[in-house]
Amino acid sequence: MINDLIVRASTFSGDIDRLFLLITVIVGVWFVAAEAMFFWLIFRFRAKDGVPAQYVTGKEPHLKQWINIPHTLILICDIIIIIAAVRVWVRIKQTLPPADRTIRVVAQQWAWTFADPGPDNRIDTPDDVRTTDELHVEVGKTYHFLLESKDVVHSFFVPVFRLKQDADPGRTYTGWFKPTKTGTYDILCAEICGIGHGVMGAKLVVDSPQAYRQWQQAHAAEAPAAVNGETPTDGASAAVSTLVPRGQ
Amino acid sequence: MAEHTHERAHVAGTANDAHHDHHEVGWFKKYFWSTDHKVIAFQYMFTGMFLALIGAFMAYVFRMQLAFPGQPVPGFGVVSPGQYNMLITNHGSIMIFWVAMPVLLAGFGNYLIPLMVGADDMVFPRLNRLSYQIFFLSAIVLLTSLFVQNGGFGGAWTAYPPLSANKLYNLTPYGASMWLIAVALEFVAFLLGGINFIVTSMNSRAPGMKAFDVPIVVWTIVIASILFMASVGPLIAGAIMLLFDQTLGTSFFNPNRGGDPVLWQHLFWFFGHPEVYVVLLPAMGIVAEVMTVFARKKLFAYKTVIYTIIATGVLSFFVWAHHQFVAGIDPRMANVFTVTTVLISIPIAEMCFVYIATLYGGSIRFSVPMLWALAFMAEFLIGGVTGIYLGASGLDIYFHDTYFVVAHFHYTFFPIAVIGVMAGVTFWFPKMFGRYMNEFWGKVHFWGTVIPFNGIFIPLFILGAAGEHRRIFDYKNFPQFNHPWQNDLRIFATVSLLVMLLFQIPFLVNFVWSMFRGPKAPKNPWKSNTLEWTADSPPPHGNWAEMPECHRGPYEYSVPGREQDFWPQNEKA
Repeated sequence: MINDLIVRASTFSGDIDRLFLLITVIVGVWFVAAEAMFFWLIFRFRAKDGVPAQYVTGKEPHLKQWINIPHTLILICDIIIIIAAVRVWVRIKQTLPPADRTIRVVAQQWAWTFADPGPDNRIDTPDDVRTTDELHVEVGKTYHFLLESKDVVHSFFVPVFRLKQDADPGRTYTGWFKPTKTGTYDILCAEICGIGHGVMGAKLVVDSPQAYRQWQQAHAAEAPAAVNGETPTDGASAAVSTLVPRGQ
Repeated sequence: MAEHTHERAHVAGTANDAHHDHHEVGWFKKYFWSTDHKVIAFQYMFTGMFLALIGAFMAYVFRMQLAFPGQPVPGFGVVSPGQYNMLITNHGSIMIFWVAMPVLLAGFGNYLIPLMVGADDMVFPRLNRLSYQIFFLSAIVLLTSLFVQNGGFGGAWTAYPPLSANKLYNLTPYGASMWLIAVALEFVAFLLGGINFIVTSMNSRAPGMKAFDVPIVVWTIVIASILFMASVGPLIAGAIMLLFDQTLGTSFFNPNRGGDPVLWQHLFWFFGHPEVYVVLLPAMGIVAEVMTVFARKKLFAYKTVIYTIIATGVLSFFVWAHHQFVAGIDPRMANVFTVTTVLISIPIAEMCFVYIATLYGGSIRFSVPMLWALAFMAEFLIGGVTGIYLGASGLDIYFHDTYFVVAHFHYTFFPIAVIGVMAGVTFWFPKMFGRYMNEFWGKVHFWGTVIPFNGIFIPLFILGAAGEHRRIFDYKNFPQFNHPWQNDLRIFATVSLLVMLLFQIPFLVNFVWSMFRGPKAPKNPWKSNTLEWTADSPPPHGNWAEMPECHRGPYEYSVPGREQDFWPQNEKA
């Protein structure tokens, strides 16, 4: 259903869309049943001349089961939803498949800065390709991103990847994605970050391997020579964030 | 001011004539300095209704901006990004803290608790007076903050630091601090009100009224007050820490000096999620009263409702981090909070089932209050089921901070703060003012509100499912969110809002006109059981000339073998 509205471009976007579908089916059945029952009762028991209301305490077993049975069924549905949700969560946020490439994503008021590891495929080396408000990634490769913020809380949101992670100042979060579909998409900041929040977007370009190599070579040549030594090193694990104090 | 003798004798069961002390006082003392719970209730309600108009105006301005970006909004002008942030921040703050809380909790709580438990006033009337005065001050501070240099605060009603903590980031050096002071004062006011609700309903009940003879709405308001009082402490502490960060240069939330911005999020949401139930429960209580009266039915399983209220209240303390799944908390924690969040659907669903079952075997009259109560159930179910999507951690990675969230919580808050409140206002209006409201214009207002409400927020579910995220003043910067179909949905939502706002005019006219010119109402126009209907309409200062006694539960409607289909709580067997 969601992919009718917005394309899927990462390996786990399908998981999220299927979780949406599962929840829609389960809660949809309950919702329709509850509303149908509700409106039927309203219609069936509308006031009629000479028909008094019944005296029902709710303790009658044959009536009380109308509460107790749905109650148990909802518990079962809840457990199904919890299991499905946790499975998706664990896959996206708690496991870190080995990376083909590691990039750095830095948020600040109101721009995104990206660092591609460059031809040597190691981040924080002189041949890194640094870009602002434009991220190039290669289709079919597993990426780790190291997410930082320079000032306030931002949030790295890539709708086509179904990926979102807040960026907090003073911490580096590691996450991953694997693009599956070439094209140009939006990156957004999803956490209000001041008056420029509405313009804090970036372009995501998912390239074919050839296009990516061309882009990297063209830009590696003009990469700056040295990297600011202040940036934290790549040591954060997926499960536990590291708190890195920064200078004033 | 007539001093109340509050060593109320009800507990001992002896006759009490403290109410004979109540005599006529001057206008100023009566309306401005009164300790009468009914006057204070009206002050809370009218202040809340006035602020609702301001909050609605803000919604009008930013919805116009979203539908027609960059165009001047009639009555406001061109909306700048800073103003847009200020409008959404203060719309949210006002509607929750200065509309839903004062009207539902303080307004109905103050009005109904003494009347429904058979007391002549609150236990601490002067504390009650102080509560409203502090609340009034907080509203003044908030409204003033919109007009200070650089404008009001624009960091969202959640006020996450460092944005809220540092004027170099939020660019509102005065607005941000004033917003925090206003919120902190508002909390103090509701702490004073809450202690009154709890103590009054425990100690001042009419002779014979046992705990399970108390109407559901009193239970819900008391449990909501307990939730509020137990959850607000951490946030008041956090607000003071944030205020110090803003003004004194401390670093509680400043990561550059050893603070932690995520700590604020925990303190905020530890309060913020129980807060949802603080306003939900009184609305559920109102709906229970209205539905039983207009279905002429005993509440289906009274005790079950009370147990679900308590279970919801307890569980609501263990779900807060579902607002922070992607905020950088330890991802393992998300699993715990997914379990608690999804499980809270059980008591809430059970409560809804009990309400629906109450209709079974009834004789349902579609008077205006009943229409609102039924609409509450129908609409709130949508808000309830969409919460499951967001509580499921895996899906929240995508849905967090999208318009799906906006639509979801408006489908809970609108039924609570508008539909539930309208059920209560139209139901108790004859008691409050001794006159009837116009039935025809009441129905016009009802349909003109409920239908456009769905027109506003169903499009937002679709936009949110397509990934549109919140708090963006203009989507032209994001090609994926600037398609014609998306802009059409935004315009549809805005036009629906305009229609809905237009239909509030008949209500306001009907309300004010009926207050002075409506047909006179008797003591018990709806043939209800609860004690407030045994007082005069409107009840005098002190409520009853002769204090009522209680002989049975509140929902003995259509008892077999009785001529009348109701059985007031105070009637001797």
